Amino acid sequence: MTTASLNHNPDTQTDNTGYNFAYLDEQTKRMIRRCLLKAVAVPGYQVPFGGREMPLPYGWGTGGMQVTATVIGQDDVLKVIDQGADDTTNAVSIRRFFARTAGIATTESTREASVIQTRHRIPETPLSQGQILVYQVPIPDPLRFIEPRETETRKMHALQEYGVMHVKLYEDIARFGHIATTYAYPVKVNGHYVMDPSPIPKFDNPKMHGSPALQLFGAGREKRVYAIPPFTRVESLDFEDHPFEIQGWDQTCEFCGSDHSFLDEVVTDDKGGRIFICSDTDYCNQRLETGARQEAV
Amino acid sequence: MTNAAMAMTQEALAEPLLKVSALRKLYAPGKGVDGVDFELWPGEVLGIVGESGSGKTTLLQCLSGMLTPDSGQIEYTGKQGDKLDIYGISESQRRLLLRTDWGIVHQHPQDGLRMGVSAGANIGERLMAIGERHYGTLRSTGETWLREVEIDTARIDDLPRTFSGGMQQRLQIARNLVTQPRLVFMDEPTGGLDVSVQARLLDMLRNLVVDLGLSVVLVTHDLAVARLLSHRLMVMRGGKVVEQGLTDQILDDPQHPYSQLLVSSVLTP
Amino acid sequence: MYVAVKGGEKAIDQAHSWLDETRRGDTSLPELSVAQIREQMGLAVDRVMAEGSLYDPELAALALKQASGDAIEAIFLLRAYRTTLPRFLASLPVETNTMAIRRRISAAYKDLPGGQVLGPTYDYTHRLLDFTLLANGERASAPPSEETVEDCPRVLDFLNSEGLIESPLVNSDHIQTGDSTEPEAPADLTRQPLDYPAGRDLRLQALARGDEGFLLALAYSTQRGYGRNHPFAGEIRQGEVAVEIAPEELGFPVIVGDIQVSECDMINQFIGTETEAPRFTRGYGLAFGNSERKALAMALVDRALRARELGEDIVSPAQDEEFVLAHCDNLDSSGFVSHLKLPHYVDFQSELVLLRRLRNEFEERKSDRHGSQVDRTSKPGNQDEPSMDNKQRREAKQA
Repeated sequence: MTTASLNHNPDTQTDNTGYNFAYLDEQTKRMIRRCLLKAVAVPGYQVPFGGREMPLPYGWGTGGMQVTATVIGQDDVLKVIDQGADDTTNAVSIRRFFARTAGIATTESTREASVIQTRHRIPETPLSQGQILVYQVPIPDPLRFIEPRETETRKMHALQEYGVMHVKLYEDIARFGHIATTYAYPVKVNGHYVMDPSPIPKFDNPKMHGSPALQLFGAGREKRVYAIPPFTRVESLDFEDHPFEIQGWDQTCEFCGSDHSFLDEVVTDDKGGRIFICSDTDYCNQRLETGARQEAV
Repeated sequence: MTNAAMAMTQEALAEPLLKVSALRKLYAPGKGVDGVDFELWPGEVLGIVGESGSGKTTLLQCLSGMLTPDSGQIEYTGKQGDKLDIYGISESQRRLLLRTDWGIVHQHPQDGLRMGVSAGANIGERLMAIGERHYGTLRSTGETWLREVEIDTARIDDLPRTFSGGMQQRLQIARNLVTQPRLVFMDEPTGGLDVSVQARLLDMLRNLVVDLGLSVVLVTHDLAVARLLSHRLMVMRGGKVVEQGLTDQILDDPQHPYSQLLVSSVLTP
Repeated sequence: MYVAVKGGEKAIDQAHSWLDETRRGDTSLPELSVAQIREQMGLAVDRVMAEGSLYDPELAALALKQASGDAIEAIFLLRAYRTTLPRFLASLPVETNTMAIRRRISAAYKDLPGGQVLGPTYDYTHRLLDFTLLANGERASAPPSEETVEDCPRVLDFLNSEGLIESPLVNSDHIQTGDSTEPEAPADLTRQPLDYPAGRDLRLQALARGDEGFLLALAYSTQRGYGRNHPFAGEIRQGEVAVEIAPEELGFPVIVGDIQVSECDMINQFIGTETEAPRFTRGYGLAFGNSERKALAMALVDRALRARELGEDIVSPAQDEEFVLAHCDNLDSSGFVSHLKLPHYVDFQSELVLLRRLRNEFEERKSDRHGSQVDRTSKPGNQDEPSMDNKQRREAKQA
């Protein structure tokens, strides 16, 4: 499979679903755009928006989809991944949705894409200026599991009362000797708001810091959007004497041999046999191709 | 008390820490706070006594920034000598004050503690809230304060749920004192505790007040507690202060008929 | 040699065609028509309209057919469709006082003007399975009554004229802001995100489209003491009301159609203050179609949620505004619960990595227990380096 192929959707010619471009009506898109502009102006701040029902269930990416539907244009190229892979069922479903309702080109190549919608991973390939990364977010508020009341968390964010977040980290160290949060690891954005980066593994947190791409976050069910503008400071919470650190593996990727990407564990038999492969399928394929070309030379 | 603390107190003695003027918060005629004036000085413990329904809890809530009064003023002198109108400043400033310069000890420790996190985290939270980012420091500060309030430091990782009532109350006190507040509000701090546990707690409180130069507003219906801890007393009834003065004076020689009733109704062994 | 799993697209396509086949069922049997569902599964249709928040019995019936009878799936279809519909204008408030009554009862009075009209209710049926239905036995139609339905004045108006019950236009937000003349236009739940504290208009809108099962359980809980408010069913009405619009161009209202609704006025616990004599309070429920159970539950929960503005202690889940409103929409709840089916293996892998490490450290501590005590203060890693994962420490400085 080539990584450079753009799939032009054959449905564009015959598509007669009667829906507006990318499904949402223009009023709604305008409303969401205004909210996104607000979000970009205040990095890490959760902006409420009048979210709509989408034809996919809440909890399955409707927030991300509304953001994508709002920012995408005729000439954009869309990549959709879930768990880092283009071929997982929900990524397929979402990519098809946009192919159908917007007729835009889609791709599996991170480099070729102008808009990338993702669930639970940031691509391994570094992003560049002009790209937009749209994250699907289930629970936007990092304080939610400490304080379930929205009325209280709003105040805490406004007054930067984030002591409780460090209490949680302290407890982890007291109990386990380590900070026990491994995904959805809270970050401080632009030195002000504490944000939930969505359930990406903490392995991916450093990629958010100073990224040249625009990062947008959409939570459909909870009706919030937030953003990290390009080249913004993003710091994972930690203690001076227990600094933030990412995961690592002893093993390397079974296919491409990578020793620095996030690896999925695959059980191969019922006797404990396991192999590890790159979670980011595009990245893995690229490495394989490059490797193959080098061998061929 | 250290020399430095004493020196500061002497300087500050020129001005009251808290000045309350014509405070009013009424739910119904005679219910709530009906025109209260007083001053609280640094290092002073002011006891507010009266039967239930006298308005003392309402008064405490107004003073501690938790309940907006209908009218009147509460002026607090900040660390820099700046005068703060408690309900004139923003909510964020008030909340900051509550977490740093002030403390609140609730009658039920569950109201003043995070029951689901360890003793160490409870003590460290205020420090973390104002930016302490060194785990080791937080831990050693936690141990220091556990010792101050006479809790075995080996219990630093235990949940408050596993503590006795008296221990929970002492933990609550430690949690408040860690930011070295200058003013502490206490609402029936020994309510619901065994007599012997009460005695130990009161003793500890008295020593801490002296050592740290704390000012305290103490609400209690228990005159024995009032006598042990307070320098001055205010007797409340029907939302009004019927008598105020030095503790011993009020308790040994009450002037107002209601104060006399209150004092005489205390059971003596 | 392990080959990476592929074929997500193909799997989805196959799943869809198998679904179609399953939905159709045994092809030797006649296909269920949308009209049949609309006519003979009326209460299912009504529920889908109520929670789908769209009055169109035929579309609701279609949704049920497409969803193989799954109410929540059908509700989802209708809501998603509703989102795409253009808005022309808002109708005038429907006038339930002049409803063409099909059913009207009051538990508060033995008899009253207009009488107790039972209507086509399941209430007094004996719940015995009727096997003649299995054999498709035909029934005789109901003979028309000789009496006509008289005027049915509103029960709560009797109480209102005596001043015994609070007036219907109770929106405490207006009272608080001193805006007592013209009530503001109600907020629109579908256009703005819910914010707390929520006004009664938004609360009622959320309840009207809220899941019947959830509201029923909450209502039940209030009756069992979780925020008891002493309810009496003041009046329950079912019937047809006209939908009127008043477009600017015309300058007068015109009727554009009729809809069936169910309405419930609850009479609840009386309260008084120092300055006001005690009065009964109210709860209100309204739903599309003959959704009586929904209207009843809604009225009970509406009253429970008014605890804050009525100065009552909030002690139970049914009175907890954030709890009720954040969880009553079954699109939200079913979506998020079922999202657990989506792959989560990346995050799970992260947890596995940590857990394995913690277990290693545990084993190590156990094995050198005869030595020194574990020092768990600020010395990251230097006494607890596990042997297996030698790539643990990766300093990820954010600079």
